[in-house]
Amino acid sequence: MSQAVRIRAGYLLAVAALLLAPQFFYPVLVMKVLCFALFACAFNLLLGYAGLLSFGHAAFFGGAAYVAGYALKSWHVPALVGLLLGTLAAAALGWLFGRLAIRRQGIYFAMITLALAQMVYFICLQVPYTGGEDGLQGVPRGSLFGLVDLADDRNLYYVVAALCALGFWIIERAIHSPFGQVLKAIRENEPRAISLGYDVERYKLLAFVLSAALTGLAGATKTLVFSFASLTDAEWHTSGEVVLMTLVGGLGTVYGPAVGAGVIVTLQDQLADKVGSLVSVIMGCIFVLCVLAFRRGIVGELQALYRSATGNRY
Amino acid sequence: MSGLFGVPWPALMGQLMLGLVNGSFYAILSLGLAVIFGMLNIINFAHGALYMMGAFLAWMGLRYWGIGYGWALLLVPVLVGIVGIVIERAFLQWLYRLDHLYGLLLTFGLALIIEGLFRHQYGVSGLPYEIPAPLTGAFNLGFMFLPRYRAWVIAVSLSVCLGTWIVIEKTRLGAYLRAATENPRLTAAFGINVPLLVTLAYGFGVGLAGLAGVLAAPVFQVNPLMGSNLIIVVFAVVVIGGMGSILGSIVTGIGLGVIEGLSKVFYPEASATVVFVVMALVLMLRPAGLFGREQ
Repeated sequence: MSQAVRIRAGYLLAVAALLLAPQFFYPVLVMKVLCFALFACAFNLLLGYAGLLSFGHAAFFGGAAYVAGYALKSWHVPALVGLLLGTLAAAALGWLFGRLAIRRQGIYFAMITLALAQMVYFICLQVPYTGGEDGLQGVPRGSLFGLVDLADDRNLYYVVAALCALGFWIIERAIHSPFGQVLKAIRENEPRAISLGYDVERYKLLAFVLSAALTGLAGATKTLVFSFASLTDAEWHTSGEVVLMTLVGGLGTVYGPAVGAGVIVTLQDQLADKVGSLVSVIMGCIFVLCVLAFRRGIVGELQALYRSATGNRY
Repeated sequence: MSGLFGVPWPALMGQLMLGLVNGSFYAILSLGLAVIFGMLNIINFAHGALYMMGAFLAWMGLRYWGIGYGWALLLVPVLVGIVGIVIERAFLQWLYRLDHLYGLLLTFGLALIIEGLFRHQYGVSGLPYEIPAPLTGAFNLGFMFLPRYRAWVIAVSLSVCLGTWIVIEKTRLGAYLRAATENPRLTAAFGINVPLLVTLAYGFGVGLAGLAGVLAAPVFQVNPLMGSNLIIVVFAVVVIGGMGSILGSIVTGIGLGVIEGLSKVFYPEASATVVFVVMALVLMLRPAGLFGREQ
């Protein structure tokens, strides 16, 4: 089998899995996994390909969740318009954050994004539109073009799956485009990329906005799925969680973060009843373990195994 | 009634003092972060959790073993420092050759573990810690009442910060430390045990966090989440001041505490976000930070 055929077979398998998943699993859980998978892949576009560690992605996730929730609940906009508004809001916020954060590098970048996200968190807590500590409850799911009732989990599932597939497609196109190549060049050696004549700041900003917008799409979709937006979405724990998903799945692999999201969301879902507040201890242990011994993540390790088994280095 | 912009003097001075107290905590914590960053090139995300651990150790000492405030002030920083040394030897030393971001991620994981364990044991409601008897009451300064404990916190923080500055800038140990920060390989070539210095720097940095925790226990309620909310503000302080200079981080910490205190008087809604707004402004005008060096 040639490389191209194998890749195409892989896509067919993934699409088939997406279509069949609700037959075997609870659709709401699968939708949650999909939202976080998109979130993690969008985050990885920044960390894995541009080498920028943002510790503030919860602001885009939570911010979009609130904007979409407010538009759906108070303005009664159609479902897709709500999602679009959430995504645009996240993109605008991403542009603002990006403008400030790319002025510094490395750990400073991480600290700045974390601090800005904390500011957004406090704003979400204080403004009258977000329902404070309670969040926005009872957001209506509405319908698709007035034809398909989205209150039904199955119907909503296929819409969410299509939206996430669109998101994954955009990320994949970005990574494999010349734009993605320049991002990798910046990650590997920023001074050299500058000396080759690339406007590094513009590339970084564009990557940041793209990542924020797709994160916003994920957050807004999550609001639609659960019919509420809460402060948890905007809290710094959420920013940490998406880093963990990316790390577990495989930093800098296209679909590793999606696998990581599946693992972490399922794990949290299973553990929540059994160990209660110890969940964050377990997440912390996974974090430490991944950083110390398992830096390539699940997909990264599998790729390395495959390469050493076939002797194929690429 | 006299005052400034319609705010009565006692209220203004009260918030100013509270701002100075908060600023002292920012100063001690960002100083610890700067010492650790200088030697390890790691941003210690667990700093807030270790500060919380310091407050809890003081509370537990009093509750279970009858150890009073005075002894806690001496013992807890040492204990937290030992915890830090264990963390450095067990985890951090394996990461020095990797990208600095891994250090941030690892310490983030440690912060989750420490915070989660205390939360599991003690819940999220605050536990009270009495102000020790000799430090209760207030001085009457004529124009305002100055609570003794607040004055004590500010005095202790300032002396600890200045002491640290003197040790680093004026002693032989500090000279080794600065040399190892500047060029670890060359320093090692002169026969100085650099890995030991690194371990000590981490232990000392988190020991400062533990000390801040003990100081904070009677001011705020002892609570498993007290560290994580504070540390994000301290990160913003570090971005504003830059980590290049010790005195810079002290001045920035106290200054921002005062700004925060004053915003509570004039525009309370902004008090939670004012530090972040200042950070955004500094990034626009002086990206390297007020005391930072442009790389």
